[in-house]
Amino acid sequence: MKNKTAKLILKDGSEYEARSFGVRKSVAGEVVFATGMVGYPEMLTDPSFRGQILVLTYPLVGNYGVPKKENWESDKIQVSGLIVSSYIDTPSHHMSVMTLEKWFKDQGVPLLEIKDTRLLTQKLRQEGVMLGKISVGENNIKFKDPNLRNLVVDVSTKEVLSFGEGKKTIVIIDCGEKKNIISRLLLRGLKVMVVPWDSDVSKFDFPFDGVLISNGPGDPKMAKKTIDNVKKIIKKNIPTLGICLGNQILALALGGTTYKLKFGHRSQNQPVVEHDTKKCYLTTQNHGFAVKKIPKGFKEWFYNANDGTNEGIIHESKPFMSVQFHPEASPGPLDTDFVFDFFLRKAGLLKYKKNEQ
Amino acid sequence: MSNKFKKILVLGSGALKIGEAGEFDYSGSQAIKALREENIKVILINPNIATYQTSKDLADEVYFLPVSDYFVEKVIQKEKPDAALLSFGGQTALNCGFSLARRGIFKKYGVEILGTPIEAIGLTEDREKFAKHLKKIGVPVPSSGAATSVSAAKEVAEKIGFPLMVRAAFALGGQKSGVAYNGAELEKIVSGALALSPQVLIEKYLHHFKEIEYEVVRDRYGNTVTVCNMENLDPLGIHTGDSIVVAPSQTLNNAEYHGLREASIKIVESLKIVGECNVQFALNPKPVNGKLDYFVIEVNARLSRSSALASKATGYPLAYVAAKLALGKSLLQIKNKITKITQSFFEPSLDYIVVKMPRWDLQKFKGAVEEIGSAMKSVGEVMAIGRSFEEALQKAVRMQTGAIEGVTDNGFESVAETKKFLRIPTPRRVFAVAESMRSGMSVREIHKITGIDPWFLYRIQNIVEVEIRFRRQGRGRRGKNLSREFLIELKQVGFSDKKIGKLCGRTEFEIRNLRKKLKILPSVFNIDTLAGEFPAETNYLYLTYHGSHHDALPLGKKGILVLGSGPYHIGSSVEFDWSAVNVALALRKYGRKSIIINCNPETVSTDYDMSDRLYFENISFETVADIYEFENPGGVIISVGGQRPNNLAEKIFREGFHILGTQAKNIDRAEDRNKFSALLDKLFIRQPVWQSFTHMTEAEEFAEKEGYPILVRPSYVLSGSAMRVCYNRLQLLDFIKKAAVLSPEYPVTISKYIENAKELEFDAVAQNGELIVYGISEHVENAGVHSGDATIVYPSQRVYASTEFQLRRISKKIARELNITGPFNIQFLVKDNHPYVIEVNLRASRTFPFLSKAMNVNFPEVVVQSFFGLAKKHLFAYPKSVLVKSPQFSFARLLGADPILRVEMSSTGEVAAFGDDYDEAILKSIFSAHKFDFKNKNVLLSLGGDLNKAKFIETGRLLENLGYKIFATDHTAEFLRNQKIVCTKVFKAYQGSPSALLVIDRRQIAFVVNLSRAEGDRKRTERPGSAATDGFRIRRAAVDKELPLFTDLHLARAFIKALGSYGLQGLKIKSYKEYLGEE
Repeated sequence: MKNKTAKLILKDGSEYEARSFGVRKSVAGEVVFATGMVGYPEMLTDPSFRGQILVLTYPLVGNYGVPKKENWESDKIQVSGLIVSSYIDTPSHHMSVMTLEKWFKDQGVPLLEIKDTRLLTQKLRQEGVMLGKISVGENNIKFKDPNLRNLVVDVSTKEVLSFGEGKKTIVIIDCGEKKNIISRLLLRGLKVMVVPWDSDVSKFDFPFDGVLISNGPGDPKMAKKTIDNVKKIIKKNIPTLGICLGNQILALALGGTTYKLKFGHRSQNQPVVEHDTKKCYLTTQNHGFAVKKIPKGFKEWFYNANDGTNEGIIHESKPFMSVQFHPEASPGPLDTDFVFDFFLRKAGLLKYKKNEQ
Repeated sequence: MSNKFKKILVLGSGALKIGEAGEFDYSGSQAIKALREENIKVILINPNIATYQTSKDLADEVYFLPVSDYFVEKVIQKEKPDAALLSFGGQTALNCGFSLARRGIFKKYGVEILGTPIEAIGLTEDREKFAKHLKKIGVPVPSSGAATSVSAAKEVAEKIGFPLMVRAAFALGGQKSGVAYNGAELEKIVSGALALSPQVLIEKYLHHFKEIEYEVVRDRYGNTVTVCNMENLDPLGIHTGDSIVVAPSQTLNNAEYHGLREASIKIVESLKIVGECNVQFALNPKPVNGKLDYFVIEVNARLSRSSALASKATGYPLAYVAAKLALGKSLLQIKNKITKITQSFFEPSLDYIVVKMPRWDLQKFKGAVEEIGSAMKSVGEVMAIGRSFEEALQKAVRMQTGAIEGVTDNGFESVAETKKFLRIPTPRRVFAVAESMRSGMSVREIHKITGIDPWFLYRIQNIVEVEIRFRRQGRGRRGKNLSREFLIELKQVGFSDKKIGKLCGRTEFEIRNLRKKLKILPSVFNIDTLAGEFPAETNYLYLTYHGSHHDALPLGKKGILVLGSGPYHIGSSVEFDWSAVNVALALRKYGRKSIIINCNPETVSTDYDMSDRLYFENISFETVADIYEFENPGGVIISVGGQRPNNLAEKIFREGFHILGTQAKNIDRAEDRNKFSALLDKLFIRQPVWQSFTHMTEAEEFAEKEGYPILVRPSYVLSGSAMRVCYNRLQLLDFIKKAAVLSPEYPVTISKYIENAKELEFDAVAQNGELIVYGISEHVENAGVHSGDATIVYPSQRVYASTEFQLRRISKKIARELNITGPFNIQFLVKDNHPYVIEVNLRASRTFPFLSKAMNVNFPEVVVQSFFGLAKKHLFAYPKSVLVKSPQFSFARLLGADPILRVEMSSTGEVAAFGDDYDEAILKSIFSAHKFDFKNKNVLLSLGGDLNKAKFIETGRLLENLGYKIFATDHTAEFLRNQKIVCTKVFKAYQGSPSALLVIDRRQIAFVVNLSRAEGDRKRTERPGSAATDGFRIRRAAVDKELPLFTDLHLARAFIKALGSYGLQGLKIKSYKEYLGEE
């Protein structure tokens, strides 16, 4: 058991003894917590978690093992490290192909068991997200703020990818997108092109009908090239939908502002209210930054019922819109899947149902 | 938003019964509070006297009347409410409301039904229509068919193919349902179900599917959340009320969790639910194509046991929110009561795991079948919270009975026995799982036999393995080499100090001291609904060994611990919760902070706003001591939660904790039979002759000398488990051999059984040995019927003033001798105007709420006053009305059980009703516990023994005069004819036509009087419950057909006499306050 110990050290100097599973490696990152009770394979492969050491508040993790790669949200574990209260090494599920520990070992990512994850959560809630490091043995590494660099580069595709055979095409600007965004679009009979984060879409020579700015990690201001490119897209009146980081990028591109939240929204039970209808939805969220000033010509589409923060913006007349939450879910509730339909209809890519408009 | 409603009618659920228990006190109480906050007048109909919701100060008007069409309509006529809530009183309220709605009664009086539309409720209750509806909206249901006859059922079976699940429509908690593997079984189940319901639903039995539930809340604007999901440890086939249930689900991945969530929202949306709805799914654990494969198996469009559990498991006040939604509010308009920052449109995120475990009392019912299945049999439940499944499961096991220390504690005597209990689902299955693992059976094998998901089995295996490792390591060393790390591990997998001690030859106290020395103490964690994302303002707490900090600070001397009752079971029910709640509330009035400890999710005491602090924890010495040492309170109250907390007196005292009220040594003097007997002798108080024995020969000598009958029982028991009256030597030998242990360690007490005596209850509060307030109530039945099963009347009706005077004098003496401060209860037996003391309990008794309400004195509040020396003597005011309490039995749900009154308690609940006189009160009370058809003027009499017959002559004549057609069994018929009472003779069983069973089967009669021959007449060791007797068959048939059954001479006579005094129309519709003379 001795060789299985490790430590989590936070920037404020506090230290937490841990049992180490997965690979024994020292890493640094931003320590955040997420409160979803299911969906750890989806969370762990969500590129938005890039550079972060994730604390899961649900105490039992590993229950249903790890599914095949095709069920992940990207092709690898994206978190820098994972901290759980109890790691379960006896999974039981028909989809499971390996234990969580094996997965972390294979992928070279540390997995730590610290009993009092609630204490960690409370600290992060009170003092805000904090830099931290997982330390193994004598190997002392430095704290590292992932938000100071452009994390999007790490997770975006390097080449243009194409999916589906649909007649209409949506271009996804990949800032670290989750695979389920593609799946939700393919399900609607569209063709999907996934392009690198810094692509100047306005110059593409192939025909396409709309743009989706994906989710992704870090501070939106770091993705400057994307922001500049989005300006061009809007100028050309190309229908655009932003998700999560995409919401912030759209806002920044058109003169809005963003700021960092104290401890972010990372859960599957975030209540949002549609501004005009007052209808509420539960959403999955995973972001540390938010939109402050809404750009001219836009209005608030959704807001958060708990803290009132912005959860989406929509242009007053044109098909430009974005949401801070994840309509593609995975993990989390499927309540806001309609956002895709709404956007596609506004963009003229999907027919309205009889009694809708 | 201003409210258009000024006055709302709320229907309660009546008596506690299997399938409908204390959870509806919780939901009704929350609903009433939610309405009162909006300045709406609330009218409540509920005859359950022991509930918190029927408190004088909660609803504006309370009617202790049956929740049935006739009485509810009468109340509507009188009170003229604008609206009604039907979904807070279980199936009883819903069925009654549904019937009234169908008959247009609500419309007639302009009463709007709030919440879910009645059409939707009707749809969910008609299984066939509902299955069609679900198919239409694309939600899968198991292929099924409905039938109204056995032959039609067989046709349906042919189409679907065995195995099949058969359910009765419109039935509580899966009554009369079952799994049929072949035609014969099908026939048996269908005919049983059709006896109870006009329709059965037959569907494919989904072998070893997982059973998953969602609790959904929707507002009228269509905003919907699923508050909680839950997973049954047992696979499909065992009623969820009889299953071990965990929250949240443990073995579902994201796609399954959210796929089922979406389906439940779709259903709720299609039904336009406004309020709460429960959806139960069957989920295929191994779908062929890997895709989500599920079926909906049940939808309850009302608050349910599961919703109470979900509410307690998550901290989300479901019933409160549902009531607000019924008024038309949106989820966004209702504040989150826990965080007070956020609102009610959210789904709680848990950072702990909850394990619910049912509490069964099957051994309390003679002849009851132990196997569990699709019909619920449990009488209560516990809920345990932990940070690991192991921790929560072992806590739950300890909470369940208080006698078992963990999942590895089991009394299996052989491998064969273990195997049997592994194969057949019974209350002991989880123990059989652990035992099988210990003897080397693999998870795979156990999974194959039981269908329990391997995930749960691996966790149980972890417990077993830690124990094996500890045994091996600790062998012969008495735990001396027990390291801090290992002790922490043992605590983290949920072992109690006592169990650890047992495993290494140490006492509980030694382990406790070692633990404290090593600074291994549980962390106090908060339930905040959002897994720490927002700070919580309420103090809903639990203990865990998976922590290194506390969420709460100690309250210190202002804090007072109040120990609750633990799970409801036979002998300990909602009445103790009522006392605990009222004490907690009174503590606030006296500037103290109440800290409740309880582990029963069906209670009001575990509601977030009933105390200053709630520990959802076990009522055991270890837990109470840990909490006491953490809180460092001003003291602990052990006398208002029934026997379970009371039993901790000595240990708590020994640990140096301060017990409020009567001293522990005096509690012992009352509880220890030898000491108590000496005390009575010293005070010259009569008691039945008795003695304790450790050898059979001495016992026999005693019995011969004093003469039979004798009452045989072990010491320190509650509600007479393993208590028996023996009429001769053979019965004595038989009982001792089969049902009791007789050894130096476990002496058996034998007392002279006094026949034909009255029984009286003396309930009181004393302060420093002085009587402050008291009430005397009278049993309608003679002594020999357990006080929990007796019909009780206040004020007494047939007792001499001189007797009451003696009772008061004796009670004063006892109070002074034991220097009682706080509640106490004395049970008296009176023969020839001589009172004998049979029992003293230095705690609040079952009759506390009954007397408090009858006398309009809040006894628990006086108790609190007495603790602080502030109580003042109450003057006795003679009541303006009569209150009668009747027991509620659940025999219909317990296959094989003999529905007869005995010294052992078997009722599951009680009701009470006021009347201007005894006759009116007893009628209303009995109608509250039984369905009674006034128009049916037929009765079946079967009077055993000459004495019973003779004593029934007058009553028989009265029945005749009242126009009843009397059916009587052979000897009874002969006797009645000799007395010139006209009757129709029926054969006892099926020997000929007409037979007693036939008239019952056809429901030709309104009620049954079946009196067993006085037991003294019996020659042999014949026992009630032996299926052979004709009496048993008649009784069983009566309860199976839900006909009122009277097995006691005095009660039967009192009832029939009252029938002679009142017709249905004559029963007054008066509220509680009117009976008290306050309006």
